Amino acid sequence: MGLRRRLTEIGRPMSHFIDRRVSAKRKSAVNRQRFLKRYKTQLKQSVADAVNRRSIVDTDAGERVNIPSRDVSEPVFRHGQGGTREGVHPGNKEFVTGDQLQRPPGGAGSGSGDGKASDSGEGDDDFVFELSREEYLDLLFDDLELPNLVRNQLVGATEFKTVRAGYSADGAPSNIDVVRSLKGAIARRTALGSPYRGRIRELEEELTALLQDGAAEDDARVAELREEISKLRVRIASLPFIDTFDLRYKSFAKQPEPTSKAVMFCVMDVSGSMDEERKSLAKRFFLLLHMFLQRNYDKIDVVFIRHHTTAMEVDEHEFFYSRETGGTVVSSALNLVYDVIRDRYDSSGWNIYTAQASDGDNWESDSPVCRDLVAEKLMPLMRYFAYVEIMPRHHQALWYAYQEVDALETNFAMQQIDGPEDVYAVFRSLFQRQQA
Amino acid sequence: MSRDRLICDTSEWSFPLLKRFDREIGRIARDEFGLDTYANQIEVITSEQMIDAYSSVGLPINYHHWSFGKQFVSTEQTYRRGQMGLAYEIVINSDPCIAYLMEENSLPMQALVIAHACYGHNSFFKGNYLFQTWTSADAIIDYLVFARAYVAECEERYGAEQVELLLDSCHALMNHGVDRYKRPAPLSLAEEKKRQQVREDYLQTQINDLWRTIPTAAQDEKIEKTERFPDEPQENLLYFIEKNAPLLEPWQREIVRIVRKIGQYFYPQRQTQVMNEGWATFWHYTLLNRLYDEGYVTDGFMLEVLQSHTNVVAQPSFDSPHYSGINPYALGFAMMRDIRRICEAPDDEDRHWFPDIAGRDWLEVLKFAMANFKDESFIAQFLSPKLMREFRLFAVLDDDRDEHLEVTAIHDESGYRELRQALADQYNLGSREPNIQVYNVDRRGDRSLLLRHYRYNRRPLGGTVDEILRHIRRLWGFDVRLEAVDENGRVELLAEC
Repeated sequence: MGLRRRLTEIGRPMSHFIDRRVSAKRKSAVNRQRFLKRYKTQLKQSVADAVNRRSIVDTDAGERVNIPSRDVSEPVFRHGQGGTREGVHPGNKEFVTGDQLQRPPGGAGSGSGDGKASDSGEGDDDFVFELSREEYLDLLFDDLELPNLVRNQLVGATEFKTVRAGYSADGAPSNIDVVRSLKGAIARRTALGSPYRGRIRELEEELTALLQDGAAEDDARVAELREEISKLRVRIASLPFIDTFDLRYKSFAKQPEPTSKAVMFCVMDVSGSMDEERKSLAKRFFLLLHMFLQRNYDKIDVVFIRHHTTAMEVDEHEFFYSRETGGTVVSSALNLVYDVIRDRYDSSGWNIYTAQASDGDNWESDSPVCRDLVAEKLMPLMRYFAYVEIMPRHHQALWYAYQEVDALETNFAMQQIDGPEDVYAVFRSLFQRQQA
Repeated sequence: MSRDRLICDTSEWSFPLLKRFDREIGRIARDEFGLDTYANQIEVITSEQMIDAYSSVGLPINYHHWSFGKQFVSTEQTYRRGQMGLAYEIVINSDPCIAYLMEENSLPMQALVIAHACYGHNSFFKGNYLFQTWTSADAIIDYLVFARAYVAECEERYGAEQVELLLDSCHALMNHGVDRYKRPAPLSLAEEKKRQQVREDYLQTQINDLWRTIPTAAQDEKIEKTERFPDEPQENLLYFIEKNAPLLEPWQREIVRIVRKIGQYFYPQRQTQVMNEGWATFWHYTLLNRLYDEGYVTDGFMLEVLQSHTNVVAQPSFDSPHYSGINPYALGFAMMRDIRRICEAPDDEDRHWFPDIAGRDWLEVLKFAMANFKDESFIAQFLSPKLMREFRLFAVLDDDRDEHLEVTAIHDESGYRELRQALADQYNLGSREPNIQVYNVDRRGDRSLLLRHYRYNRRPLGGTVDEILRHIRRLWGFDVRLEAVDENGRVELLAEC
């Protein structure tokens, strides 16, 4: 409350105007965060429901959520229904004293003259409110991470950390270290002043000796000594209190930070057996993945690969919106992944991830090829490989082939999605933060 | 009407214009009507800041708690969807008196708000005995600063979660933290800080009454069995807990005290809603009309003021879909005006009902009423038959033992007194809030706390009793029992925890 003044003391009270509009925005932000934190479990449930309900295009906006209001109510002692009460109401038209009235439905004696309806809500209505986009995504991706991410020390790293690096004699004024500088100044003044002080001591001793011997104040030598002492004192006093020479600046140096470089391969099957419903589920899955990566990892490469009988690397827009289709050869995509890694992503410098979505319908003899490709060529390069099968009619060769890989590798995971309600759950289970 | 007095005829406000209006309104309020006010601190804020102010129960500064966040999101929600307009103003009982004006208001609205809040409410805060007794206007802001800093410090030291749990429990009892019959000590920041440490140490030595294990002589024990602790039942639950709960840490006691003090600050407001709003509405109406009469504002300006004034004092009938009880603005404003009428132009009925005020100086009577009453006594004293007729009031008795409701009184000769009594009783805090008292502590046994609910008109307690008892248990640290006492003195156990 910066501008408070006792104005009453100047005689009559007066008014003081303040324009508060510019200051102290979002004072309730802390309280709002606390509220969200307290009801995180309920909110997460609400968000999980919402993400399944949403159409693909607006997965990314804020969200209306609800919490059962009995969970958020704050209890206080109050009267319940029953007993006798006499209520006074306005607007009588035909009643006279002694009239008997039917009890209105919904409880006794409506209105207690309180003037306001209860806003704390007694019923089981939900407490509904809007989450901002940030808050929504926070809850959506809470506790998720890319597994096995390793921070690599890299030559030519792009991230730097600023660290203290002692003191230097020059720098920006904002970095002046006051204590250091003043210490330096004291030392300098002591050093430069010490010959004078030594001389003063000698002269003073001589002066005391003279005076004790009975020399008079107007003795020539006494006067001479006094003058010299005072001259020396002036010299000491004229030493500058602080000099540019004393200034010390805090010095900072940039240190390269170990950074994590990561790449995610999104491999989607767009063959003829993937009908619109399956494709839309696969896209939902990849959209979630894409949002998650963009939000939680600043620097991550995403490689989009779509395939039918042949695989192609495409851009984001084409990946999500193109309608091309054909037969299925899954190994074509895996080969392309391998080629791209070999060309552009050295596995010693990159954390490499793959997420693959398919309905499992593959060209019969291709599945063993896929198994060998994944197990022998790709897995040694991968931090994590996630395979989701979208609404399989029944598991086919690819699923069983991958099961063999799953049995061998710890950083391989496979899940199946049977409908829109599974997408988020499967996504969460694939990228759940590992408890250390 | 002279044109040169006209302040302006735009509806856009600006700071120079606001100052001009404040000067003129203030001049009329003080010089002509002799309203005694604190100095005003008028702050212009945005709607978002208004929502902020709403969510911390109208206080300009408060400690952090999730419940304020909940309030914030729900207010924001209803406001954004246009389900609810925000109040034009919030005014804080402090010295200087802080009033918030929303930037969205038009100039006539700002003038209305200045008259309403800065001269109406402000003079009420300064004059009414309840505010004088229960609140310290000059210290509340400082105290809130202290409270916020103290709670923040506790959060740092003991963890936000611990503090939150404690505050939850205290909030459940916030309305039961007032000594209704004792004048509380005035607040002062400097003293508060100084005493806080002393109090902490001292308190810790005092509560041990419950722990005293030194054996006493046999006859003492006999006496003690019949003696209760506390000697008299206590209605200030928070105070009792602050002083006597055996297991609370000193910082926890301090937080209980903070919640209690803030609850106490709101205690007068809960009992003077009709009077306070009626008084402020009466004065914005009177002051702005005077401004108009003297030629400071245009017809258009006045029309806008009157339109919003009319909305504020609208009283829907009981059978209207908009009805939600008696509108305190409507009743209060009508009563203030009626008092003026009784003084200025009494008829025979008024002389019969109000012999002591009919024909006297209205301003003096009105100020006397403002200073010395609360809603309950104000209505019991000043509600006139004429108003009861105008409002067409009627009283309905609802007894859950009868099948039907009964109309017990209407606005006629035989009903006036009963009607007035019934309406006054509606504003009696004792009938609105359950009467819960600390009855006993089992000092020799399990240290359980025994509370008693003294029923009023056989009304039971509402739903959440178990939950509240859990909160009290958290504060008390031992078992808590709640008994109900009906009008015949019969006692039954309601709940325990």
